Amino acid sequence: MLLIHCPYCEEARPEVEFVYGGEAHIARPLDPSTYSDEQWEEFLYIRSNPRGRHHERWRHTHGCGRFFNAVRDTVTDVFETTYKAGEARK
Amino acid sequence: MSGFRLADGGRIDRRTKRNFTFDGKARWGYAGDSLASALLAQGQMLFGRSFKYHRPRGILGAGVEEPNALVTVDRGPGRVTPNLRAPSVALHDGLKATSQNRFPTLKTDLIAVNNVLSAFFPAGFYNKTFMWPRAAWEKVYEPIIRRLAGLGDSPTTRDPDHYDATYAHCETLVVGAGPAGIAAALEAAANGGRVILIDEQEEIGGGALSDPAQWAWLAEASAKLAAMDNVTVLPRTTAIGHYHQNFVVAAERLTDHLSLAEAEGAREKLWRIRAGEVVLAMGAIERPLVFEGNDVPGVMLASAAKTFALRYGVAVGRKLVVMAVHDSGWRDALALHKAGVNIAAIVDLRRDVASELTEAARNARIACYQGYAVTSVSGGQAVKGVTIALAGIGKGQQLDCDAVLMAGGWTPTVHLWSHAKGTLRWEERWGAYVPDKTHENLRCVGACAGDWDFGKGLSGGLLPAPKPLHESKAFVDFQNDVKARDIGLAVQEGFRSIEHIKRYTTNGMATDQGKTSNLNGLQIASGVLHRPVTEIGLTTFRPPYTPQSFGAILGHHKEALFQPLRKTVIDDWAAAQGAVYENVAQWRRARYFPQGSEDMDAAVARECRTVRSAVGVFDASTLGKIEVVGPDAAEFLNRMYTNPWKSLEPGRCRYGLLLGEHGFIIDDGVSARLAPDRFHLTTTTGGAARVLNLMEDYLQTEWSDLDVWLTSTTEQWAVIAVQGPKARRVIEPLVEGIDLSPEAFPHMSVREGMICGVDTRLFRVSFTGELGFEVNVPAQHGRMVWEAIWAEGQKHGAAAYGTETMHVLRAEKGFIIVGQDTDGTVTPDDAGLGWAVGKKKPDFVGKRSLSRPDIVAPGRKQLVGLLTDDPQAVLEEGAQIVADPNQPVPMTMIGHVTSSYHSATLGRSIAMALVAGGRDRMGETLHIPMPDKTISAKVVAPMFYDAEGSRLNG
Repeated sequence: MLLIHCPYCEEARPEVEFVYGGEAHIARPLDPSTYSDEQWEEFLYIRSNPRGRHHERWRHTHGCGRFFNAVRDTVTDVFETTYKAGEARK
Repeated sequence: MSGFRLADGGRIDRRTKRNFTFDGKARWGYAGDSLASALLAQGQMLFGRSFKYHRPRGILGAGVEEPNALVTVDRGPGRVTPNLRAPSVALHDGLKATSQNRFPTLKTDLIAVNNVLSAFFPAGFYNKTFMWPRAAWEKVYEPIIRRLAGLGDSPTTRDPDHYDATYAHCETLVVGAGPAGIAAALEAAANGGRVILIDEQEEIGGGALSDPAQWAWLAEASAKLAAMDNVTVLPRTTAIGHYHQNFVVAAERLTDHLSLAEAEGAREKLWRIRAGEVVLAMGAIERPLVFEGNDVPGVMLASAAKTFALRYGVAVGRKLVVMAVHDSGWRDALALHKAGVNIAAIVDLRRDVASELTEAARNARIACYQGYAVTSVSGGQAVKGVTIALAGIGKGQQLDCDAVLMAGGWTPTVHLWSHAKGTLRWEERWGAYVPDKTHENLRCVGACAGDWDFGKGLSGGLLPAPKPLHESKAFVDFQNDVKARDIGLAVQEGFRSIEHIKRYTTNGMATDQGKTSNLNGLQIASGVLHRPVTEIGLTTFRPPYTPQSFGAILGHHKEALFQPLRKTVIDDWAAAQGAVYENVAQWRRARYFPQGSEDMDAAVARECRTVRSAVGVFDASTLGKIEVVGPDAAEFLNRMYTNPWKSLEPGRCRYGLLLGEHGFIIDDGVSARLAPDRFHLTTTTGGAARVLNLMEDYLQTEWSDLDVWLTSTTEQWAVIAVQGPKARRVIEPLVEGIDLSPEAFPHMSVREGMICGVDTRLFRVSFTGELGFEVNVPAQHGRMVWEAIWAEGQKHGAAAYGTETMHVLRAEKGFIIVGQDTDGTVTPDDAGLGWAVGKKKPDFVGKRSLSRPDIVAPGRKQLVGLLTDDPQAVLEEGAQIVADPNQPVPMTMIGHVTSSYHSATLGRSIAMALVAGGRDRMGETLHIPMPDKTISAKVVAPMFYDAEGSRLNG
């Protein structure tokens, strides 16, 4: 079971308190109607799926309830860092 | 009958006898014996039959690596455990063990004919042989394979034992309590931190238990550990897996070593341990050698014979021959000789062996054959002798013996290290992989780190032989009956990676996960491929380290504690009324309320008729509820839902449809605007948490400009639906401060006031098509208000109704249930809910997707009604629909039935279905093929009752 540091609670808590939220830094366009079908497909479905550093979202669902971002190595599962939503990509 | 009890020695208690049975025959041993040592002491050599060829098999090892001697232990009904390793079963009074994989008996096994035919059962045999005729698979091959396959029989009755579970935290966790582990634990404990030391055996000591010279030290160290407050020592505990961030799961066996009369409390306890540092001291496992006849009962690991003699006081034979490629074989032979076991000869493939070993052997009058290899073993159910030859190919020479000890070198036990994704490095000196790097705070000590004075040796396990590889019966994996030639064949057939060779030959895939076979298999593949071992790869170790009972993994999470059961405040009332329940998500909901001898159909028909003709009361408390508050609440809902919300006046309700960004329906519900900045949202029962999560996601990460707060209020409100033409009359006497007249309180509106003296949010809404109210009251008053409404309802002939009636009534009106009539690929238009999409809204979640090419393409599945030609035929939900019932199989399926009921109101069946191009098929007859007949039905609009909606007015 992973221990995940919640940047809002400033505490490492067990994985059962969190829910995974998919890849991070995929912003919803301000006006989706301006997107072509291909751009919209990219936004909806295309993910980077890297081997190594992965920027991803977690929600501390059974804690503070906040969404935050994390950098996790997909090979080792080691969290490099976690940071608040809205902060720049790390 | 070869093994016997030595006159002295061992850690057994010779004053305490233990009586047990093996295959129904009375046997005995001493306290401190394992099942294996007690049986060996009584001369038992044959312990089981092999998996594929049913060859007779004896003991190979003295620990958890044992692949052959699998037994079933019977502790009474529901307490039958198959596949236990005889060396790891502690002896207790009354133990009932039976051998496995034999038919009908261990000595006379009819399926051993497979052995004679073994030339026809090569690697990949199943894949190659049972290909045709195709029809024979189901009727002939599969039943036979199933009869023969598998190890042991799975239990058929309920396990009456219970299993405990706990969490633990420590600064240092040491896995393995041999000398290295004990030293690590003492060192860590001296620093004052919490230390947990776990070991899979009956007592701590590991390898020291087989070395009397270390017993004084062991006793002293054990006493020291026991005296330290910060140390927890857990024997009979197996670390089954290492998970992220030093989270180790271990299973402690609490009662299996006791007789049933002595056993109290939980059978096992699962420890979930989070450790600052994990020290692995799991030792090493000796490797067998691969030669013709290496599986005859009596051929075993040298280290095992040493353990049986020195720990249990049992000689495994009267005349032993040691086949070594490693110094440790000589050392063990000398230790056995010292303990009074007759070693006739030491055969070593190496010509050069350290002189102190050869001299010691000669002084002990042990014949030494250096440069020789065993080329065959005589004897069927027990060893009678061996043939040895110079370099394996010289002239054969017979040696009499009744046991053969193999010393093929050592394999560090790196399983948990690998679970932790630690990398491995090939160590030529060991001829094995040893731990290299890890990102965890984890280290290996002692033999499992490769840090151990074990002497020198050759690393390859396959002995040279006069026969070519493809003719030999030299076993690599004893438990799965994989021979060296199977690996050769796999390579010949083109397999190159060990992961593929493993799966094709099944080497290392049995319950022992290749503890004694992986390295030999790897080296044989490397030899045949003429490529270094490191290029062949290494198979992955996965938890559990040894087979683990499901009971311990489940722990307390069974029956009522399997998962939380959510009950409404009216649940008890329903129970008292004899309600039949169904589970909806985690909620328990009353499905129907049978009266007298009514079955479900009769009860539901009565409940439906009562709602349509008088009034029904329904507990809708499980509806998901979210309070949306803030100056931007309306703007937020406008962005989330398909419908327009800004224009909704306070006091009014709206049906909201929620999509994902992909444009498909994910939830719906009626919501009310209580004030300009306050909404009372409802969601589906199962969708509440998901919807709240989605809304929080948008609010927190996309629309941080909005000032809105979301609160889950699902459990704060009890909801009582009162539905039917007499609904108003039922609640009228109870309500204060709300004008219930149709003019003042129209359909789809909400009012706040009092009912039965408590606050209420009273909704005028209908999921039945009848005049209806949903009374929301604070949950603590729900039962009181329900009973008051019920009492009032009795004056008007009210019935309580459950979810089944709710489903029928809504289907008569064509109202969808998300998740039943939708499946995650249904758009608003597909569901006939295009009217709920705000066409003028610039954006909402999912809007862009509604214009994607596939979404606007013709021929999408659309929700329609179906009326069967036979009005009494009720279609099966999920049944497939075809246009032409006479087309050949496989038929083209154009849709499926989503909802189907008998409607008492209409006196016939009704159904809803998703059908390709459904709305263009109105009036068409479609067909639903069932196993026994094909049912025909006409496509109609999904609205079966009161299409004009006049009944909403009562």
